[in-house]
Amino acid sequence: MALLEYAIIGGILYGIFFSLVAIGLNLIFGVMRIINLAHGQFVMLGGFGAYLVTSSLGLNPIFGVPLAVLGGIAIGYPLYYGVVPRLQRSRDPEMLSFILFFGVAQMIEAVMTLLFGVDERSLPGEALGSGNFGVLGQQFPDSWWVAVAVSLLCIGGLWLYFSRTRLGYATRAIIANREEALATGINVNRVSAIAFIIGLSLAGIAGVFVPYLVGSISPSDGSDLTTTSFAIIIIGSLGNPLGTVVGGLVFGVGTMLMQTFYPSWSNLVPYVLLVLIVLVRPSGLLGKAVRNA
Amino acid sequence: MRKSIPSLRGPAIVLAVLAFVFLMAPEFYTNHSVLLTMMTFMGLAQGLNLLYGFTGYLPFGYVGFFGTGAYATSLLVTFTGLPILVCVLGGGLAAALIALILGPLLRLSGAYFSIANLAASQIIYFIVANEDLKSITGGPYGIKIEQVYAPHASYLTMLALLLVVTALAAYFRLSRFGLGLKAMNQDPVSAAFAGVNVVRERLIVWLVSAAMAGMIGGTYAWDLSVFYPSAVFTLQISVFAIVFALFGGVGTVIGPLLGAAVLYMLYDGIGVSAPQYFELIYGALIVGLVLFLPNGLMSLLTRRRINVL
Repeated sequence: MALLEYAIIGGILYGIFFSLVAIGLNLIFGVMRIINLAHGQFVMLGGFGAYLVTSSLGLNPIFGVPLAVLGGIAIGYPLYYGVVPRLQRSRDPEMLSFILFFGVAQMIEAVMTLLFGVDERSLPGEALGSGNFGVLGQQFPDSWWVAVAVSLLCIGGLWLYFSRTRLGYATRAIIANREEALATGINVNRVSAIAFIIGLSLAGIAGVFVPYLVGSISPSDGSDLTTTSFAIIIIGSLGNPLGTVVGGLVFGVGTMLMQTFYPSWSNLVPYVLLVLIVLVRPSGLLGKAVRNA
Repeated sequence: MRKSIPSLRGPAIVLAVLAFVFLMAPEFYTNHSVLLTMMTFMGLAQGLNLLYGFTGYLPFGYVGFFGTGAYATSLLVTFTGLPILVCVLGGGLAAALIALILGPLLRLSGAYFSIANLAASQIIYFIVANEDLKSITGGPYGIKIEQVYAPHASYLTMLALLLVVTALAAYFRLSRFGLGLKAMNQDPVSAAFAGVNVVRERLIVWLVSAAMAGMIGGTYAWDLSVFYPSAVFTLQISVFAIVFALFGGVGTVIGPLLGAAVLYMLYDGIGVSAPQYFELIYGALIVGLVLFLPNGLMSLLTRRRINVL
C-alpha cells in the first residue's frame, strides 16, 4: 500500500507542477486561437536560464524565475507583434500558427544546441533544500515542494488576474468571444500581447524546475515537453487555462502510477491519454460547460 | 466530354524525368545511400502531400507509418522468409492497417488531428522499442535483415515507389476524385451536398497515404538492413517530409518533389556535418514560408498564372 500512496501523492505533486508547465500553452490558445508549438522550447529556455543563473552567477536557481519573466517579455513582445496579428489575418490561423511556431521551435533548439551542445545539464541538487519533506508518511525532496509551491502561486496568481483585474476581465472576454470583445472596445491586440507574454513567462518559470523534477535539461527536451503539455491541456480543456490543472493531475497521477508499477511503459502515458481523450471527448474532461460558465 | 479527360502529357513527362534522373544518377554520383535517402524523402514528401495537399489534414506523425512499414517488413523477412517484395507490400499493408485503426482521428480537425497523430506515432515507437518486446522486435537494440541486403534491387524498388506515389498525386490533381477532395477541403458540408462521399474519400486518401509511407519505410529498412528503432521512428522524418513538401508547394505534383530534392541536397551539403545550422536554416525557412509564401515555391509560378502540374 505504501507504494500506492507514494504514487498517488507523488502524482499529485508532479501533476500540479506539470499544470504550470502546460498552462501557458492553454492561455495562448484560449486568447489567440493560435498554437504555440514552440511551447516546450520556451520551457527549456527557462531551464537553461536557471542553469546560467547558478553556473555563471553562482546564485540560487530560484532567481531563474524573475529571469524567466524578463525573458518572456524580451522574447514575447517582439514575437507577438512580429507574427501573431499577421497570422490572425490569414486564412487558417490555427494550422498556420502550428507550422510557424514549429519553425520557431526548431530555431530555438538549433541556437541552444549551438550555444550549449547536446549534453544534459542539471542544477545543484541542494540549492532548493537538501532534505525531504513528508506528507502522510511519504517523503519527497524539498525541491519538489518548492516547485509545487511556485506552481500554486503562479496558477493562483493567474486566477486572481482573471477574477480581480480589468485586464483579466478583458482577457476572459476575448477567450469567450473575440469579435464581441473587439466590438465592446477592448484593445484586443494589447490584451492578447500581454497574455502572450504571460504565457511565455509561465513556461519559462516552469522550466526553472524541470531539471529538478525530470532530472536534467537539454536543448532537445523541448518537443517532448510540448507534446506532454498538449496532452495535459487537451485532457483538461482546451481554451480554459484553469482547466489545465485537472489535466495536470490526471497526467501526474497516471504517470506516477505507471512509473511505480510498470516502469518500462510509463513513457506511453501522456500519448495514450491524449489519443484516448481526444477520441472520446474532444472537448476535454471539463468540456464546454466550464468554458461557458 | 473533352474536359473530363485531362491531358496525360504532364504526368507522363514528370514520371519520365524522374525515372531518367534516378536511373542515370548512379552513373555520375556513386554515393548510393545519399541517392536512396533522397528518393525516400521525395517519396515521403509526396505521400504526405497526398493527404495534406489534397485534404488539409497535416499528419505530424507520418513517421509512424514509415516506421511501421520498416518494422513490419523486417519482421516478415525474419519470421516468414517470404520474397522481399512481398514483405515490402506487407509493410504497406501493416501501415494501412494502423491507419485504419487510427481512422477515427479524422474526425478531429486541424491541429488536433496533427497532435493526436503525433502522439499515435510515439505510441507505436515506444511499443516497438520497448525492452519487454526484445524477443520479437529487438526492442531498443534494433533489428537485422542482412540476409536480403541487395542495394541495387532496393534502389529500383524505391524508384518504383516514388513513381507510383507521384502518379497518385497526379491522379489526385487531375481527376474527378481529386476535384471532390479539393471541394471537401474548402467546405466539407457543401461538398457533401454536391454528392461527394466525404467520409469515404477522406479515409481512402488516409489509407493510401499511409500505405505509401509504409512501403517506402519497408524499402528503406531493406536498404539499411541493420537499424535501430530510433532510425526509422525519429520525428525528424515527419519534420523533413512536412518542410520539404511545404517548401515546394503542397497540392501540386512537382512541388514536393522539387522541395525535397533541393532541401535534401542542402541538407546533404551542410546538414550532415553541421546539423544545427541546417536546423536553424529550415526553422527560419518555415517561419518565412508561412508568413510570406504559404503555398510554397510553386505559388511563385501559379501567382503569375503559369499553370503547373
